[in-house]
Amino acid sequence: MSQLSTKHLLGIKDLKADDLRLILSTAQKFKEIINRPIKKVPTLRDITVANLFFENSTRTRVSFELAQKRLSADVVNFSASASSVKKGETLLDTVNNILAMKVDMVVMRHPSPGAPHFLAKHINANIINAGDGTHEHPTQALLDAFSIEERIGNLEGKKVLIVGDIMHSRVALSNIFCLKKLGAEVKLCGPPTLIPKDIESLGISVELNIQKALQWCDVANVLRIQLERQQTKYFPSLREYANFYGVNMERLNKLEKEILILHPGPINRGVEITSDVADSSQSIILDQVENGVAIRMAVLFLLANRTID
Amino acid sequence: MLNIDMRILMDTNLMHLSLTRLGYELIENYNDFSDVAIIGVQPRGAIFAKKLHQKIEEITDCKIRFGKIDPTFHRDDFRRGDDILKANSTEIDFYVENLKIIMVDDVLFTGRTIRAAMDALMSFGRPEKVELLTLIDRRFNRELPIQADYLGLSVDTIEQVKVKVEWEGEGDGAVDRVWILKEMEK
Repeated sequence: MSQLSTKHLLGIKDLKADDLRLILSTAQKFKEIINRPIKKVPTLRDITVANLFFENSTRTRVSFELAQKRLSADVVNFSASASSVKKGETLLDTVNNILAMKVDMVVMRHPSPGAPHFLAKHINANIINAGDGTHEHPTQALLDAFSIEERIGNLEGKKVLIVGDIMHSRVALSNIFCLKKLGAEVKLCGPPTLIPKDIESLGISVELNIQKALQWCDVANVLRIQLERQQTKYFPSLREYANFYGVNMERLNKLEKEILILHPGPINRGVEITSDVADSSQSIILDQVENGVAIRMAVLFLLANRTID
Repeated sequence: MLNIDMRILMDTNLMHLSLTRLGYELIENYNDFSDVAIIGVQPRGAIFAKKLHQKIEEITDCKIRFGKIDPTFHRDDFRRGDDILKANSTEIDFYVENLKIIMVDDVLFTGRTIRAAMDALMSFGRPEKVELLTLIDRRFNRELPIQADYLGLSVDTIEQVKVKVEWEGEGDGAVDRVWILKEMEK
């Protein structure tokens, strides 16, 4: 298989396991490229990409932009705060106006779940979802899978724990789909108020005791507490959260094995993860950031490989 | 109804003779290979390059740098035509700065792959010199001004004909030989 089954990357849910494998293996080639003395290839030189960010982002946005530049694409950046969106323009109008300037691909982050799916139905360009509300964040899940496999080999049969604010996390949902499709076992851990009801129907399990959950897993992906998305109090205080669900060295030292620690960033040091864990040799947080560029290059390359009919 | 006409262009014997001769030509020019690297063009050229590399190491008892380069991301036919490009790995674990590079491919046809591979190579630094070695040269089909410095066999073919290099161990009953294939209407 040398091409994706889809024209857009809207979510991991729509992808086949073969698609995921193709993206991961292509990213490996790009990882080699971004470690060369000259880190740039001319592949997308006749392609223009618009980065539409209707929500704040540093990591993802810089990572996408770097990936586009390493592939020689022309890039236009757009952020909602400095645009006509403030004047009341609709999403479709905004995007159509940008496309009228001959843009081939759109990378979009939007606070509303499903916004990229809506765009994909109405406009003639490849759409890449860079996070839509609490729904999906497919490139994050891909780079997490890539980073895990780089350290401990094929995900098939591996045990991955996702800890934290599952309810508000698009990273969690995309990770669940991605890990399951690649054959891993997935468990969730967090305050019961932040774990959606019936989430087990996705073929995963829930463990409320953090120590037991850590003992079970090979890899722990620690999520940020997303206070900006929480309208009500889901737990008494950040300190209480850190006490019951924070990943710290004391908890890791009690384990009979060494597990891998991931975090999608930005980190709230001392809340969901302590500094000594985040900066330890078990943590692959900075590998995740490096691999993010390779993964995004692979996604851009593979989607551009298929022209829009 | 299509019928494929297949003829052997180079049999195993001739192929091994050419491989040995090309090896000696390089030894004649490069002596101890201390500032030389052999780099195969992925995917098919890398197989041939590995064999040539082994042959020269056997004859000279020298250790020679070896790498593989993938031209995919530098190709000029991305998003043009129906072919979907598939990337292969690039494996160069040495600095090419100031080295003499012998770039190896199996068939030299339009010259576009070699152009892309040379561009890819330049991402690793500035080699002192790059030479091209190919097993087969389809000399009347060039679309760019690129010629091989070392050559196994030169053939005159029309564009519709395919030249296929087969290597031992690639599948059932595969041996080292070169085919010329032509699709004929029945």
